[in-house]
Amino acid sequence: MNIKYTSDHEWIDLADPRAAIVGITQHAQDALGDVVFVDLPAVGASFERGDVAGVVESVKAAADLYMPVAGEIVEVNEALRADPSLANTDPHAAGWFFKVRIADGAETGDLLEQAAYDELVKNA
Amino acid sequence: MVRRARRAEMSMPQPEDAMSATDLLKTPLHALHVELGARMVPFAGYDMPVSYPAGIIAEHRHCRASAALFDVSHMGQLRLVGDAAAAALETLVPMDIVDLQPARQRYALFTADDGGILDDLMVTRRRDDLFVVVNAGCKDADLRHLRERIGARCGIVPMPDHALLALQGPRAAEAIARLAPELSALTFMTGCEVSLAGAPCYVTRSGYTGEDGFEISVPADAASALARALLRLPEVKPAGLGARDTLRLEAGLCLYGHDIDTTTTPVEAGLSWAIQKIRRAGGARHGGYPGASVIDDQLASGAGRKRVGLVGLERTPVREGAAIVDAAGRRLGQVTSGTLGPTVEKPIAMAYLAAAQATPGSEVSADVRGKPQPMRVTPMPFVPHRYVRAKA
Repeated sequence: MNIKYTSDHEWIDLADPRAAIVGITQHAQDALGDVVFVDLPAVGASFERGDVAGVVESVKAAADLYMPVAGEIVEVNEALRADPSLANTDPHAAGWFFKVRIADGAETGDLLEQAAYDELVKNA
Repeated sequence: MVRRARRAEMSMPQPEDAMSATDLLKTPLHALHVELGARMVPFAGYDMPVSYPAGIIAEHRHCRASAALFDVSHMGQLRLVGDAAAAALETLVPMDIVDLQPARQRYALFTADDGGILDDLMVTRRRDDLFVVVNAGCKDADLRHLRERIGARCGIVPMPDHALLALQGPRAAEAIARLAPELSALTFMTGCEVSLAGAPCYVTRSGYTGEDGFEISVPADAASALARALLRLPEVKPAGLGARDTLRLEAGLCLYGHDIDTTTTPVEAGLSWAIQKIRRAGGARHGGYPGASVIDDQLASGAGRKRVGLVGLERTPVREGAAIVDAAGRRLGQVTSGTLGPTVEKPIAMAYLAAAQATPGSEVSADVRGKPQPMRVTPMPFVPHRYVRAKA
């Protein structure tokens, strides 16, 4: 595992750059409340970093999911689509959202390390 | 991941809104909410619990399965006093207040000259007054309205020293009977004076969830003790404004400022049932309230548009502000409330559609993020009401 974070409260596991895994953090799911619906990107779609890749909806509101890195969607979590509550109960594992094949030369250097993200959450 | 457009959240302002926590008003139960770990948000100028650690869905389901306790002290409570109070109030609402029997409660609407709705409210005939509960967001305007229009005819007495609690659910009656057995004798839309937590309270058997339940007007200095006593009952768990909204929407009940407002008439809103015959054409006290000619007209000939229920045929939630279109893409109306109903487990919504399209079974689409979501017009409530009515 090689987990980094974004200031939008998403995590990305960079261990396999051909299938980097993206999800929302514990802080994000806590802030959202009960997740009732996820709108996942299409497999094969390509996005720039910062593009809106999908939507995660709680009872009260919809929230955008951003691409933490440029790349192509290679897999989405069908189990999450069927049971959106996985994003609440297991946001860092079973509640993953999608996998990205990172584009050549894509920027990943400024993703947050664990300590930096923890600091961000503490001050949130 | 950041919050999307505010539109989806209009019923619940977010913490990042203008007022700081120190500007917000607090109900007498504020410390209790914080102690229980509630997520607090600004609502109508108050710092209110949107949910407790259990979360909206669990709180909603607990209400329908057992009994949920809500703090609704932010709402406006007031008394109208004097022999002319009922007749005076009838000059502001299309309801029968003069013949409202002792201990009975009625749903009412303040109307405007064009037939629009200024607020919805509950009125109870008590021993010495008419007890009125109005929406939190409208209470200042409602008080001004009352004072300007009928202040010379009756006493108008706000009750800022009272809290309001709602205990709702199929086990609410058995729970509260442990504190006051006489409350079992109440039936839907009736009330009584009762001592709870050693304090003189007024309780009505009514609410905003579609379930059996009670609303309790309690002196502010006894509110926290009463709430704690209720929460100690095995059937009862706390529930916040998030669950209150999903419950009322499943029950087909309007939320002022969303499903009803100054641009909707009672007839368009499907609230004609609340206008008693005596205030309609041919009735002994016909008219005499703002907008009567518009409303009379609509009662006679129908309104051009109607509030309908919509149920989503797929899983995407459809929210306030979403456009409703027909199969050809023509705009039919707009969603006024929408959510994923925790009991029905489907997207549900309310919208106004032209009368011709407002037929149950009609299939329409809601525009969600540019994609059409199929929905079907359905009668409301989405979840059957379970009021405990007087035997016929």
